[in-house]
Amino acid sequence: MSISIKSINKTFGNYAALENISLEVPNGSLTALLGPSGSGKTTLLRIVAGLEFSDPGEGRILFHGEDVSETPAGKRGVGFVFQHYALFRHMTIAENIAFGLSVLPRSLRPAKAEIHARISELLKLVKLEGLDKRRPHELSGGQRQRVALARALAIQPKVLLLDEPFGALDAQVRKSLRRWLRVFHDEIGLTTLFVTHDQEEALELADQVVVMRNARIEQVGKPQEIYDHPRSPFVYEFLGNVNKLSASNGSHRYIRPHEIEIAFAAEYNPETDRLAKIDHLFSAGPVATLSVRLDDGQFLEVEISRKQLDELALDPGDEVSIRIMDSSKSGV
Amino acid sequence: MALRPSTTESPLVRRILISTALLVLSLFLLLPLTAVFAEALRRGWEVFLASLHDEVALSAIHLTLMAAAISVPLNTLFGVSAAWLITKYRFKGRAFLLSLIDLPFAVSPVIAGLVWVMIFGSKGWLPPTAMAEALAPAARLIASLAEYDGFGWLLADLAAWLADPKIVFAFPGIVIATVFVTFPFVARELIPLMESQGSDQEEAAVTLGARGWQIFLRVTLPNIKWGLFYGVLLCNARAMGEFGAVSVVSGHIRGETNTLPLHIEVLYNEYQFSAAFACATLLAFLAIVTLGMKSLVEHLSGHQSSGHK
Repeated sequence: MSISIKSINKTFGNYAALENISLEVPNGSLTALLGPSGSGKTTLLRIVAGLEFSDPGEGRILFHGEDVSETPAGKRGVGFVFQHYALFRHMTIAENIAFGLSVLPRSLRPAKAEIHARISELLKLVKLEGLDKRRPHELSGGQRQRVALARALAIQPKVLLLDEPFGALDAQVRKSLRRWLRVFHDEIGLTTLFVTHDQEEALELADQVVVMRNARIEQVGKPQEIYDHPRSPFVYEFLGNVNKLSASNGSHRYIRPHEIEIAFAAEYNPETDRLAKIDHLFSAGPVATLSVRLDDGQFLEVEISRKQLDELALDPGDEVSIRIMDSSKSGV
Repeated sequence: MALRPSTTESPLVRRILISTALLVLSLFLLLPLTAVFAEALRRGWEVFLASLHDEVALSAIHLTLMAAAISVPLNTLFGVSAAWLITKYRFKGRAFLLSLIDLPFAVSPVIAGLVWVMIFGSKGWLPPTAMAEALAPAARLIASLAEYDGFGWLLADLAAWLADPKIVFAFPGIVIATVFVTFPFVARELIPLMESQGSDQEEAAVTLGARGWQIFLRVTLPNIKWGLFYGVLLCNARAMGEFGAVSVVSGHIRGETNTLPLHIEVLYNEYQFSAAFACATLLAFLAIVTLGMKSLVEHLSGHQSSGHK
């Protein structure tokens, strides 16, 4: 089911949280709302869920063409996973997952056996078989996260909304759960919108990335597209490391650290290269990061492979020749 | 000298601090409590039991229990609603409501009593004569209803009261004063608790399709039950023990409007020390039970929430 967001405004007192936001989330896609804190991404997610309402006016939320702007959250059929999971801590895992079914009016409520079967099925889906009798505080962060997901899915939602799904997890779990969620999404094919402030997460996970800043959408596109063709300096700087190089005429140029080639000073070609001196060298890991100082005093960060670093056998203080690759996008 | 963490004092200082604390505690808390029981039993069990079996004493106990039985549920209801309103919603006047709840804590109980005398007393704004006039139609209606079966006795009582609506120097005044004084206990216990828990779980329940009362009964209430229980406990202890405000509105009519604390004072003033202390043991016992239950609640809730963030 697709989500259409049309001219949404939201103000809290004098503070504008969202300004004229319009966005299409295609059916079955995994879309990321990416932005720094205060950019309005969580507010937008909450408005889609119906936990918050946009300012009265033209703003509309449509699920597959159907206007749900006035529909209360409980009737929208959204699965919402909260940043800190918001599990019911006095209930077992099974009771948590069954909650959405057990609050249905008697006439719509599935039979006990059916609810039970649904719980087992969902626990299997999120790989938590056998934990149904536990309570939330007995589980790890990653497990709680998946319980929250199972609980949201139990009501067979039309869309899935995740608020900073990996925000409260440590780096290791975060990475594995991220991959798992991607595979999981492809299996169940549910239209999913998630909020994150982590560009790496958005780029790796999403089909479509929506970059937000100061209550507005800055850019929308496929991860590759956004990374390669940032439309503004903000997007450039927000999506990964970037060097900002000032030219003598006052204009700027953005260059990613891996878009710079490095060679011995002896190979210097005045037409295409610039001379630089190595200031620092970080070589722990597969990629080595060099901080070099250009002849005009500006610093650049350069990433090269460990292998290349070993071949060049560079040391801090060495003079090198650098060349900015053609693929890099200049002057925004 | 052995090494010790920088936040720990030397053994000598520690011992001095602990014994000072214990000394002060026993002097000011334990000693009076023991004295109450010792004084009550000084003239033997028979006198002790007789003072409790006394008709006037029984009436005072009955009145105290009735006043608590009405005001505690009322304030529980009020406290839960107020805490829910204040912690789950943001609205204009929220801060004002918050300080209003604290008003009974800030006002002297004597004032709290005098206010009601001023409003409902025979020279007040709403004297019984004026109220009787205004309520006369209701009194007649209910009196006619009382002729039918069912709750006839209750309706007859109500009709009789409506015909002569006394508030001050009567049971209703005692209830009103008690409600006023014990107003903040439940709300004050719940507000910080619910504030710290936030609305996440309630919001999750909303997205899962739960309706208002389902959210309250199945999500909010289980999360606050121990705090609520403790608040009710404190509210009850105060409702049964309240002296000042009730003293002003009750009029001290023996066997009619004397609550247990008032009865104790009357006995004491009449030099019936053993009887006064015998009745006082009931209130002391209530305090001990309250504290015991409090520790039990803390133990249970701490046990249950271990491992929670």
